[in-house]
Amino acid sequence: MAILCNSRPTFTRFSRLSDCKNAKMAVQFTSTDDPCMPFSDSALIEADALCFSRNELPVFGPLALQVHGGETLMLKGENGSGKTTLLRVLAGLLTPESGSVRICGKPFCRERFVGLAAYIGHRPGHKAELTVTQNLRFSARLHGRDDAVDMRRLVDDCGLAGYEDTQAGKLSAGQNKRLALARLQAQGRRLWLMDEPYANLDLAGIDWVNRLVQNHVASGGGALISTHGAYAAPEVPVRLMEITRSAAHA
Amino acid sequence: MHEFTALLRRDTSLMWRKRADAAQPLLFALMVCVMFPLAAGSEPARLAHSAAAVIWVANLLASLLVLDNLYRSDFEDGSLEQLLLAPVPLPVVIASKVAVHWLTTALPVLLITPLLAQMLFLPDAQLPALMLSLLVGSMLMSLIGAMVAALTLGIRRSGMLLALMALPMYVPVLVFGAGSVWSAGQGLPWLGAIWLMSAGLALLLVLAPWAAATALRIALS
Repeated sequence: MAILCNSRPTFTRFSRLSDCKNAKMAVQFTSTDDPCMPFSDSALIEADALCFSRNELPVFGPLALQVHGGETLMLKGENGSGKTTLLRVLAGLLTPESGSVRICGKPFCRERFVGLAAYIGHRPGHKAELTVTQNLRFSARLHGRDDAVDMRRLVDDCGLAGYEDTQAGKLSAGQNKRLALARLQAQGRRLWLMDEPYANLDLAGIDWVNRLVQNHVASGGGALISTHGAYAAPEVPVRLMEITRSAAHA
Repeated sequence: MHEFTALLRRDTSLMWRKRADAAQPLLFALMVCVMFPLAAGSEPARLAHSAAAVIWVANLLASLLVLDNLYRSDFEDGSLEQLLLAPVPLPVVIASKVAVHWLTTALPVLLITPLLAQMLFLPDAQLPALMLSLLVGSMLMSLIGAMVAALTLGIRRSGMLLALMALPMYVPVLVFGAGSVWSAGQGLPWLGAIWLMSAGLALLLVLAPWAAATALRIALS
């Protein structure tokens, strides 16, 4: 049960929005289905004494974490340390063995989570047979944001201009990651759960992800990013949490 | 409703891109009905005797053939996770998937059934019963299949297991469906069995998406 949870800020806080270079790109959140509106003091998502076991082998825990609006939590850990599992537990895709997850101070339920958060996993999450625009448009429609999303700007922004009518299956792994991140923006949720968002991206892409997170956080959103490290963090209030294999694995 | 149509549109355009896969059941049913006379002899009276049974079994096996595709590709590329975390109830997602699945794989087979019936010398009097029983029966099989496919999703290469689990549940559908055609052939009232199947369809239309949603959540965790 060797979980190391240090919640010291690793980057200095900077004043919101004013320092943000791309403030015009700030995301507009849907207020209707956001359970945290109007802004409340409680954390967007918090977990308490969370444990997860697979086939009676402990994977992680117990651990506690909080993500507030306007901050980023970086989840660092080696391969196989349970980062993805933790994100899936927080998203309600897996049931924790013990402990609790709270959304905006209220007990976890699917509707609350869905109204607040968007999740991207390490698998693409879109269809290889559909084009970039079709995938994005479907994602926006599914989240009831057909009118709110400027498809043109989204495609340009993620660096896929010129590939609008290309099937996602014909794009490279990095371009697929960009598409997944564009989808995340199209969903317009306040909390982003990102599983290895830097994977497969080139340096410019990593920079772009950091800018995205920065804008998102600056406009009041929160982000929980899992990474195996070695990437520059976005210049926003970042807290670091390390997750290591449970003793049983060692 | 807006989300439901978005789902329908996505799944139909996916099916169009993978139309070779979707045509499998059609070709399978056609091949069975072409091969059967080669094996059983081309004597019209003998063929007519077993025509309804052959067409029914061909339909049933054809529907099994593509059942595993229902959630498999969405599961493998992570789309299913996204659908699970979308602000749409999971039963609605499943209902739209089953609807598209039925329209693209079962309906084409149903449409060529009159042709298959001609090939096997099915007496004209039995055709309405055959069509009606297959219409209700194929919907029933799609809904049952949606539940079973959800249960076996967590297992890799689950084709055989899927068939083993689905077939016992298909048996009543087959018995009542083929039974109604047989009754029509004997000049007996045949609508009773179809009403009974329709009652089952009404029940499953309401329950199957919920049951499949629960099974899917279990399979994904």
